[in-house]
Amino acid sequence: MIDSLYIAWRYVSFNWARTLTLGACVTLIAVLPLSLELLLEESERQLLERARTTPLVVGAKGSELDLVMNSLYFGDTVPELISMAHLEQVKATGLALPIPMYVRFKARGAPIVGTSLDYFDLRGLQIAQGRRFALLGECLIGAAVATELGLRPGDDLLSSPETLFDLAGVYPLKMRVVGVLAPTNSADDLAVFVDVKTTWVVQGLVHGHQDLSQVTDPTLIMDRSDGKVTATAKLAQYTQIRPENIDSFHFHGDPADYPITAVIALPRDQRAGAILRGRYVAAGNDADKRSGQITVPSDVVGELLANIFRIKSVLDAVILVVGVATILALVLVFALSLSLRQREIQTMFKLGCSRMMTARLLGAEIFIILAASVVLTLLLLGIVAQFDEALVRALFIR
Amino acid sequence: MIEIEGLSFRYPGGGFVLDIPGFRVESGEKLAVIGPSGSGKTTLLNLIAGMNPPDRGTVQVGDTQVSALDDTRRRDFRIRHLGMVFQDFELLDYLNVLDNILHPYRITRALRLDAGVRRRAMALAERMGIEDKLKRHADDLSQGEKQRVAICRALLPGPRLLLADEATGNLDPDNKTLILDLLFDSVDAHGATLLAVTHDHELLPRFDRVVDFAGFRSQAGA
Repeated sequence: MIDSLYIAWRYVSFNWARTLTLGACVTLIAVLPLSLELLLEESERQLLERARTTPLVVGAKGSELDLVMNSLYFGDTVPELISMAHLEQVKATGLALPIPMYVRFKARGAPIVGTSLDYFDLRGLQIAQGRRFALLGECLIGAAVATELGLRPGDDLLSSPETLFDLAGVYPLKMRVVGVLAPTNSADDLAVFVDVKTTWVVQGLVHGHQDLSQVTDPTLIMDRSDGKVTATAKLAQYTQIRPENIDSFHFHGDPADYPITAVIALPRDQRAGAILRGRYVAAGNDADKRSGQITVPSDVVGELLANIFRIKSVLDAVILVVGVATILALVLVFALSLSLRQREIQTMFKLGCSRMMTARLLGAEIFIILAASVVLTLLLLGIVAQFDEALVRALFIR
Repeated sequence: MIEIEGLSFRYPGGGFVLDIPGFRVESGEKLAVIGPSGSGKTTLLNLIAGMNPPDRGTVQVGDTQVSALDDTRRRDFRIRHLGMVFQDFELLDYLNVLDNILHPYRITRALRLDAGVRRRAMALAERMGIEDKLKRHADDLSQGEKQRVAICRALLPGPRLLLADEATGNLDPDNKTLILDLLFDSVDAHGATLLAVTHDHELLPRFDRVVDFAGFRSQAGA
């Protein structure tokens, strides 16, 4: 057997290009469906686990999927905004604990999640280093963000401008990292958490600048009348919140009108949840867009997964057909190579090689190619498994 | 050593017929077989080597009646007692020189590869002047070097009978002489019998005896 393997190894290594091509074909046939299976399992785990622990989400009327993906997985698609009044409405019912979610901005590629401290209790998030945010301008970062950006408590993190070329827009806010979360293998690892008010600072709705009543530079003042001062665009706003300037940060307008993307509602019990949903359904019937919608994330995710698995079954069929076609092509290639190798087989016969031994040699060649393909397949599947979280995010949760 | 009586052979499909009433080669003899192309010289070697069984008659090599053996025994007999050298060398290009020499030991159960065989292979390679090319692939060798490798492979099991089918047919004049010298020396050293098919009449004086195959009845398309 060792001799057969040795000769077969000599043959396949001498004809390395042919061997690589055959091995690559076999590997691809195996890797494609198996890695798809791995990714789907991971996507199911990530999506369902999080959806099941999020009972209800209130948001603007529109795509339920966008709302859930943004609120639960901090997806890139920002749903239509609602106001803080929605949070107050839910709170006023006394049926559920509302948690604000404002997921719109980014900091060096990571989503900034504006929320309240209740969110950390909901997700059971633990602090690995530092502490939770307490002041305006402080942020708490996920484990993956800390690793990828090389940040730790005490470092600063700059928010990214919404549009790069908006020169008149709001300047990026330099946030102070006060803590790092323990890894959870979820979307929380990839996010930057701030108090919802900090997101309004990032947006420019809440800002701080020097006291206008004490400004003497005429180029900074547009109008001063009836005790009201209007500043020019030249007036610089603070881009970092420090103890010495935090008091200058102020709201303009009614905070109840300030935007958020969703409210996660945690009902007291199942009955309270049903009543809350009923109220939104009833309010939804009057076609008032301001009434918003309430969704059950596990239903939305369940539907998404059902669609993904429907597509997967079609893909499985396609892969099966392609796989069978490839195997047939490989059989044909092998049969053709046998006829091309007739002279070599004849030589071995002249040297005393039996038909059985010839079959063993050919079998050993197939074995080596298949074994190499299996090793390569396992290696590639290992790589897919290593990065499945990131791949699932890139493929299914963007 | 070799005794053929009343031999008749026809390839399947009936394209070629060979009839040999009687043919004898003495032990230790160096015999050249000549004859026109298609006269059945190679077929004779195949019949002696047991690659094809005759339709009629007997082929006796030493004490063994080859024509009476079944396929497996004929193969075992060929492996143990015969060495063959071919016009096209019949080397495997994916093996290096040493692996080509040792190849019969790896593809048959009748021969056993051990350290002694390896030592003999090295010694043979040294005698053939290819000891520095053992790691090179067969397709990197010159024609003369290839034939030396083929002779090493044929001689390694220590055969009593060496069959050479146009062994110098693909070689230039210098290599022809050299290879023939090596072949004769090796046969003498092993005390073997040599039966060589050749078209080259210049080489005939070096053989003990020459048999002209034109004397036997053979016909194509019969």
